[in-house]
Parts: sequence; structure tokens; C-alpha cells
Amino acid sequence: MTTLQDTLPDTGPAAPILSNAALLRLAVVAAGLVVAFGIVPAVATDYWLSSIIIPTVVMGLAGISLNLLQGYAGLVSLGSAAFMSVGVFSAYNLILRVPGLPLPAVLLLSGLIAAAVGVFFGLPALRFRGFYLGASTLGAQFFFPWLFTNYPWFSNDSQSLTISAPRLEFLGYDLQSPVGRYLFVATVTALLIGLAFLVVRSRLGREWMAIRDQETAASVLGIRVARRKLQAYAISSFFLGITGVLWGFAYLGTADAHTYNLDKSFQVLFIVLIGGTATIFGNFLGAAFIVLTPILLDHLVLAANIAYLSDQGAITNLQRVIFGAIIIFILIKEPDGLSAWIRRGAEALRARPKT
Amino acid sequence: MAPDLPPVVESPGAILSSNTMGVTMSILSRTLALATSAVIAAATLTGPATAQDATGQQLYPLFTYRTGPYAPSFIPFGAGNIDYLRYVNEVEGGVNGVKILIQECETAYTIERGIECYERYKGGFNGALTAAIYPHSSGLDVALTDKARLDKIPIVSPGGGQNIATDGRVFPYQFPLIFDYWSEAQIIVDYIAQQAGGYDKLKGVKIATLYHDSGYGRDTIEPLGILAKKYGFEDIQIPVPHPGEQQQAQWQQIRRAGADWVFLRGWGVMTPVAIKTAARVGFPADRIIGDIWSGSEDDARPAGAAAKGYLAVSVFPPGTDYGILKTLKEKIVDAGRSDLKDNSKFGTVYYNYGVIEAITFVEALRTGQKKFGNRPLTAEEGQWALENLNIDQKRIAELGAEGLISPLKTTIDNHKGETIAAKIIQWNGETWDTRTDWIKADAPLFADVIKAKAAAYAAEKGITPRQDASN
Repeated sequence: MTTLQDTLPDTGPAAPILSNAALLRLAVVAAGLVVAFGIVPAVATDYWLSSIIIPTVVMGLAGISLNLLQGYAGLVSLGSAAFMSVGVFSAYNLILRVPGLPLPAVLLLSGLIAAAVGVFFGLPALRFRGFYLGASTLGAQFFFPWLFTNYPWFSNDSQSLTISAPRLEFLGYDLQSPVGRYLFVATVTALLIGLAFLVVRSRLGREWMAIRDQETAASVLGIRVARRKLQAYAISSFFLGITGVLWGFAYLGTADAHTYNLDKSFQVLFIVLIGGTATIFGNFLGAAFIVLTPILLDHLVLAANIAYLSDQGAITNLQRVIFGAIIIFILIKEPDGLSAWIRRGAEALRARPKT
Repeated sequence: MAPDLPPVVESPGAILSSNTMGVTMSILSRTLALATSAVIAAATLTGPATAQDATGQQLYPLFTYRTGPYAPSFIPFGAGNIDYLRYVNEVEGGVNGVKILIQECETAYTIERGIECYERYKGGFNGALTAAIYPHSSGLDVALTDKARLDKIPIVSPGGGQNIATDGRVFPYQFPLIFDYWSEAQIIVDYIAQQAGGYDKLKGVKIATLYHDSGYGRDTIEPLGILAKKYGFEDIQIPVPHPGEQQQAQWQQIRRAGADWVFLRGWGVMTPVAIKTAARVGFPADRIIGDIWSGSEDDARPAGAAAKGYLAVSVFPPGTDYGILKTLKEKIVDAGRSDLKDNSKFGTVYYNYGVIEAITFVEALRTGQKKFGNRPLTAEEGQWALENLNIDQKRIAELGAEGLISPLKTTIDNHKGETIAAKIIQWNGETWDTRTDWIKADAPLFADVIKAKAAAYAAEKGITPRQDASN
């Protein structure tokens, strides 16, 4: 990258730079794929895969799902976790009741079921805006735990109403091991990131942003606002449904109605706020922050060996205080989220040769 | 961690180079960057190289929830655990000389953090071996089932395990020790029959179950249905949605139905609200029998005067009059070595629960050492030990735990314990009084149903049940 910039002429931007930028982007994507599918599975230990990397990636994907709705289309949802639970319960019942259905078909169908549910709970978007709309999706957040609790059919009459992850396999390849589960998550995530980019850059994505920025103007321009809004709920919920399957089956190994509670919805919302609205990769920064910071703080305490200096309860509570303080700090200093750091960093790098 | 984190650390530098930021901002950013890199550096350094070597010790990963909504019940529970293990380490010199290393790991009662703790400690710590993991959460117990089967790590949940995991042939690594809700339902019916003057007097008696509307709460619907059919009492089931801060409608329903007894299967705030609402509609407190999770001091005390006479099932009997509790008081609490900050919690339900749990761990270690030698046990050896536990009346007397625990004997076919028993306790307005001796559950009564459920689980998951004790 430095050599590239060193060779840049001082005469300002010209045609070759554009193609260079495209090449660079391609290189970044290729490097990302090599890291995700080559280096990470080869290097990471079970601990890293099972308890750090998989949850971060899946929560990042949840952030993308909500960001499509909130960041790009300007709509509100407090029911992300409910749509995730629809996905995982659909997948469980599809695998159980339709034997022989291949895993990709299960994921696709679960996503579609979640999308249908999303459209239904998104219907009030045609009449309400802002907080009032939040109430409708909040309804989903209360309806589905009730449904899955009161109709044990959904959990195959399990005694604890908990569903247990079925054996994951694809083309005879067993995905039960940490590496297998990681590759499953990484593949689905890579495909969905690609899809998210396609959606955002398409006419659909541009019209979402037009609606978000000025709904009246958008409708004057001939954009079919109602249809676009419902499509936003459908696509966001499709993503969330698949994310829910990954969270339940590839990460937790189990799921019940309360795994996907309001707290989880808020967590997804915070990932979007901290990562940055209307970004794709920022969500992974947000997820990394939300998932990893408490664990890092805990490791710090362990490494510093200060547990003996003070009462363990105080230390544990102090970690929460510090975590909260960091969140407040970031939200004050970076209202645009962590992704603004990358953007500014990239701009600074680009500007450096000129100064 | 590598792919995601570097931008977080590097970017403040980038911010500095863009001149738009103020001086304060850059200092703050720099501080944040420094803090972040310190955290990361410390985290990457964590490993056997930097910490003290603990070879020759037995690891006890203590899954804590000192934060979050359930922290108040954990604090005395964790203290009971820690105090007993400190007593074993410092007064008895370890388990046959093997010291127990307590490593706390905070889960905040979430499954996500719990999985991280499991992955962190499943392979031991600094040379200390992991023989078993106590997840301290029913949800986490379920979530770890498949992972533990793969890793061959015993998962032990005294009082809070999965009932179907009683079948050790299908669940070699799950140990739902001591208690289950089906046995609890049966013990309740037994107690009511005693009060009525025999099982034949149960005909026409109305027993209402007021349950927390969750998997936990719904678990007693099926056994009570079976028992109602067997003894002819009328079974009324009434759900309370989480968290249960409003129960006027449910208690009116109980009054209208003319219930004689209420079996209260509460959780958290639902219990005191139930007791208070019962008083308001005029239902007598001494006809309400709480579940084991509705039977702590913190369940009864907030209900104030309304709770006087309230009954509860107890497998972790409160009190300080047991031999081992007296010893702990003398050697640990009075010596200033207790984990308790508030000594009034000593001898409460949750404190004694912690002591009982720690006893199961230490006795498992002793059992295993008898077979494998006086050294730290591996997880495989821990599995054998937990499957061959036998804490009989003689051993209970030696432990000074008479009245505190009832005999516990596990086998490959019964990972819970062959004899399940509980006491009924009564709130006198200040503390709990013990109303009955151990009431034994009729273990064979539900054994076939549970066995069939385990078999169905095995079929669904494609598991072949073990034929013999080897695994």
C-alpha cells in the first residue's frame, strides 16, 4: 500500500487511480477470504473459535441484518432477536420433520419464514414512524417467546422446551467440530455479506436511502415507499432468521424462547450504534466490541493477578462499570460509530503523500 | 481476535494525523488506545508462562454470577462453595493432600459468557486438572450437553439438571444430582396426603399449581397429571407470565376454584408477589407450598407478615446447627476467612446449598482417588467418580452433615441419585423452621417415563446408549 502511494504523482487524481482503488478493493476482499478460510481455521484454537470468533462473526451478521433496516432504510426494530428465534425454530422443525432436506435449503427456508414474519410485523410501518413503529416490533419480541413456550410442538415436546442443535452436516462432511462450525458460519456470513452489498448498491438500496433521508421527496420521485419498506423488513428478517440458526446451532448448540430475549435485541441494536449506521463491516467492529470487551477485561484481571488484592465481587462489578464507561466514551466521541475510525484512517493514509 | 482488533488500536493515530481533532480529543483517544492495547497485551500474555504453576492441584472452575439480576442468590451460594473448599484446603490439608484451586469465571447468568468460561477451563489451568464442571445454570447445562459429550467433560448440576439426563447410558457426562421437579411434585402430594390422613383421603382434594410460564415452570404439569389420575385429587394448573409482578387474576381464579392447596412454582419476584396476593384474596399462607426455588429467605422475607406460615420444599435445608456448619463457623467465618461480606447470610438456604454442592465435588474426588490414587483426577476419572458416588448415612455422619444432606448414590443407570428426598420447611416470619424429616420420593414411579424420554432423545440425536460403564 505504501509503495502504491509513493508512486502516485502529485498532479492529483487521474484515471489510473480509480482502477487502482478497484484493484485495492479486490485485494482486500481476497485477503479477507484468505484470512477467513485459510489462516483463521489453521491457526485458531478451539477456545478462540468456540467462544470468541464464532459469536463475534454471528453477532456481526446480526448487526448487518438490523443495519439494512435501520441504517439504510431508516426504519426501527426492537424485535431482532424474535426474528432470530423464528429462524432457529423453523430450522429445527424443518430438519426434524422433513428428513433429507440439505442444510443450505434448511437455511434458505428458515430465512424465508423469518422474512414472512418480518413483513407481517413490519406492516405497521405503512402507518407509523419512529418510536411507535418500535412498539410493533417489540410485540414480536413478546409474542414469539409466548408462542414457543405455550406450544411445545415447536420444541418437539422437549421437557425443558429447549431445542438441541441437530447434527450439522453438508455433503457428508461433519460440521460438529469447532473448525467445522466455524467454516459453516464463515461461509454463510461471506455469502450474506456479498448479498448485503448487492442489495445496498442496487436500486433497492438507493431507494431505501432516499426514503430514509426524505420520505416525502422519495414518494414525489415515484418511489413506491410502502413496498420498499416492507421489502426492508423482509430482507432484514431473512438475514436475521439465518443469523438465528447460526447462533443457536453453530454457537450455543441449543436454543429456547428465552435465548432470544429483549436483551439480545438490544445487543444487536448496540452493535449497530457502536459499529456505525449504514455500514457493513462496521457491524463486525461493533460485535467485536460488545462480545470481546467483557472477556478481555476478565482476562486482564486474571493476568494482573489482582483478584487477591480485593474482593472478587467488587472486581467483577467494576468490570461492568468500565465496560459501560467505554461505551459512553465511544458514543460521545464517535457518534458515527467505530467504522468512522476506519474511514478516517483510510482518508488520512490517502492524504499523507500530499502533505 | 487478530482480524478485528488492530483497527481499534491503530485508528486513534490516524485521528491524530487529521488536523480536525482537538487536543483534548487526541489525549482521550490516546488514553483509550493505550488502555485497549494494554488489555489486549495482557490478554495475549495470559497463559501458563506468566502465571504460577499449579501442577498437582485439582481445578474447581467456579462459574459465578456476581453481576446481573440473580447476583443476590449467587453471593451466599458462592460463599458456601468457597468456604467449604477453603476449609478442606486449609484445615484438612486438601483432599488426601491434593489442594483444590478455585478459579472464578463470571457468567452473569448468560449462556454466552458461560460457554466462554467452559472453553477457558475445560482443559485445566496452569497444570491444575479439571475433573468436572458445575455450570450453575440450567440453561447452560443444556447448552453444554453436546460440547461436553464431545470433550468428555462431566457437567454437574445439583438441584438444577435435566431430568432426562438421569439416564447415564444416554447422557454419560451429565449429572443432574440430588433433585428433579417430578420428584418434587410427588413429594408435595405425599406431604398433602400426610396432612389429609393418607393417600385414600386425597380424593376430591383440589391442588392448584401456580407456575412460572417457562420450561422450568411447565415441567410439573405432566407428573401432576399422572399423580392426579393415580390418587384422584383435582389437578388445577395456572400459569403466571414472566416476571410475575401481577397475579390478582390468577389468585382470584384459585379462590373461585376452591383450591385446598397451592403448589407455588415461582422464580424471582414471582414468589413474594404470590404470597402477598394470596393474603389479599384471603388464601392462607400455610396452605401454599413453595418450590425449591421459591423457598429461600429472600423469597419469603419481602412478603412481610403475609409470609408467616408459608411452606416450602427444601433439599438445601437452612440452619446453622449442623456439625459441618459449626466447624465452618469456627474455622472459616470466625477466622475471617469467609467469602461472605454479610455474615447474616451464614446458614441461609443458598449458603447451605453452596456447602452441599462443594461436598458433592469433594466426595466425588475422594471416590475417584480411591480407585485412581491420591492425585488430581482427569475429566475421564471424574466421570467415573461421579458415576460411582456413594454418600451413605455413615459418610454423612462423618462429614457432620446429618440432616443437611440425604444419602446420595449414583450408578450408570441413575446419574441423579437413587434416593431423592426433601424436607418441608415453614417460614415463622424471621427464619425457616423445619416441619418434616426427609420425605423420600417414590423413585420407580416415573422411572419408565423418564427412561422413555431419554430413549426418544437418543433416537432424535442418533446416540447409541452405552452398554456398560466404559465410555
